[in-house]
Amino acid sequence: MTSSPERQEALSDPRRAASGTGTSEARRLRRRIAARYDLYLMLALPLLWYLIFQYGPMYGVQIAFKDFNPVKGITGSDWIGFDNFERFFSSYYFGRLLWNTVSISLLRLLIAFPLPILLALLVTEIRSDRFRKLLQNVTYIPHFISAVVIVGMLELFLDPRTGIVNLLLQAAGGQPVSFMESAGWFKTIFIGSNIWQNMGWQSIVYIAALSGINPQLYEAAKMDGASRLRRLWHISVPGILPVIVIMLILDVGSFMNIGFEKILLMQNNLNKGSSDVIQTFVYTNGILKGDYGYSSAIGLFNSVINFALLVLINGYARRKAETSLW
Amino acid sequence: MVRKSPAAAFPAASRTRMDGERVFDLAVYALSGLILIVVLYPLLFVLSASFSDPQKVLDGEMWLLPAGFTLDAYKEVLGYEGVWRSYGNTLLYTGVGTAVNLLLTTLAAYPLSRRDLPGRGLLMFGIAFTMFFSGGIIPTYLVVKDLHLVNTFWAMIVPTAIATYNLIVMRTYFQNGIPWELQEAALIDGCSNTRLLASVILPLSKPILAVMVLFYAVGHWNSYFNALIYLRDENLYPLQLVLRQILIVSQSSVLDDAGFGMAEKLLMGESIKYALIIVASIPVLLLYPFVQKHFVKGVMIGSIKE
Repeated sequence: MTSSPERQEALSDPRRAASGTGTSEARRLRRRIAARYDLYLMLALPLLWYLIFQYGPMYGVQIAFKDFNPVKGITGSDWIGFDNFERFFSSYYFGRLLWNTVSISLLRLLIAFPLPILLALLVTEIRSDRFRKLLQNVTYIPHFISAVVIVGMLELFLDPRTGIVNLLLQAAGGQPVSFMESAGWFKTIFIGSNIWQNMGWQSIVYIAALSGINPQLYEAAKMDGASRLRRLWHISVPGILPVIVIMLILDVGSFMNIGFEKILLMQNNLNKGSSDVIQTFVYTNGILKGDYGYSSAIGLFNSVINFALLVLINGYARRKAETSLW
Repeated sequence: MVRKSPAAAFPAASRTRMDGERVFDLAVYALSGLILIVVLYPLLFVLSASFSDPQKVLDGEMWLLPAGFTLDAYKEVLGYEGVWRSYGNTLLYTGVGTAVNLLLTTLAAYPLSRRDLPGRGLLMFGIAFTMFFSGGIIPTYLVVKDLHLVNTFWAMIVPTAIATYNLIVMRTYFQNGIPWELQEAALIDGCSNTRLLASVILPLSKPILAVMVLFYAVGHWNSYFNALIYLRDENLYPLQLVLRQILIVSQSSVLDDAGFGMAEKLLMGESIKYALIIVASIPVLLLYPFVQKHFVKGVMIGSIKE
């Protein structure tokens, strides 16, 4: 059992405890740790999990630089330098994969990113409380539907023979279109259904930020004769700018991770020209074909670009907008 | 033009402003109405189509409410063993998975919320880092494989035992939602950290626990990818994987077993798909009205920067 004066000491202001010097400081730290041994016990299991399931793969990613042989294992396999990467860069698919990944991500940033902000602005301009709540609650619903169901719905609605969209097209005198089997339509459908599913949910953060703006600002602007549109532009938008910047950093920070689980569901041989992205390629080569070293290298390439973008945009935002993740 | 409006009592300049307000309001409502329809219509369509005669859906006779009301599709779906089995599996994965998530997330979030924990900054960095950088799909798969978890029940539970985002949300709640003075007082009175968590912190944290249950449970219910890479045995398949086979890959014995002719099979297949979507989404959507407040709260807590 811990003696009570020690406990008292340990609980006192940590700054005071840290202000000692030399060995007494080390002793105080030891005491502070000892008094909180049960907190570390609580942490043991979660930290073990992080070590195995998060840092384990980071250690295992070295097979990207190896000729991975399952019998020799991760550490036993032979180093081959950047061979896997070179193979990827000179691959027939490299250009297509990079272009699809980057273009889908850019489309997402340009189209899908601003819409939740606009929706939040719209929601706060609705005067009727009940209608505002209705719009919010309805637009959140699709967020809870699984990717499999969303893609299943797309298949049903866009089916060339039986889908409602094509029935309407034909009724209007058009020709049926195989939307889901078309490379030309893939990105539109993917981004469009993402917006449908997530616009409402993503607007929550902005609505919360908007409700935090001081109402006196609006009153003052009203007195000065500013129209609602002007108030929106000069008070609401600047008011939530820090939140917008944070969300933008997070979005850019997942630039290369573009919801490939849904892309994988939508992918077929006919639309592969625009639906083949780096991560689906990793899945096909790694899990299906068992080419572990090669696909780990591709995955690593993806992660590194992603991380570099995050660091860059975060640094830029810190300098220019004085807002950043860290 | 004389219009009876409150603006008529004001001078001209003010009147144009009032008209401007009105146009603005009109635009707001028109746009909101449009969004409402665009979001809601596909959902209502699926619901109605699942109760309709498939021929009528195909003929375009059904546009909002069910036409030729029938429960045939539901009878087919519920008669299919694979749907039942995978439904049971998903319930199990969701139940056990969420319990494990909750336990581990709490055990991590509470100590990390304590400002007096030596080494907290370093540990937090190590955890947050994994949100932005990871080993990737293949190295993770190899870890799971080396632990002999592939093709077992635990492959659906252990690799996803903690979601870092949720951990951070929970930690933020512990840190900002529960007064530090209260914890300090309990500790000075000789309460151990473990008891503090069990009898002071957790009873005060019901809202965040609800949020966590919901976030994790919906995640388990809706996920398919881990099952796709980790499971081989069809008896272990969760609902979403069976759904994928029927809805997307369109290879399914529901349709073959039914014993219809080609045209009938195509038609019946369509309405079975609509019914399946409803059956698969109903638990989440039924729960939704009761829990949406908590969800929103969770997102808001998550968006607070410490």
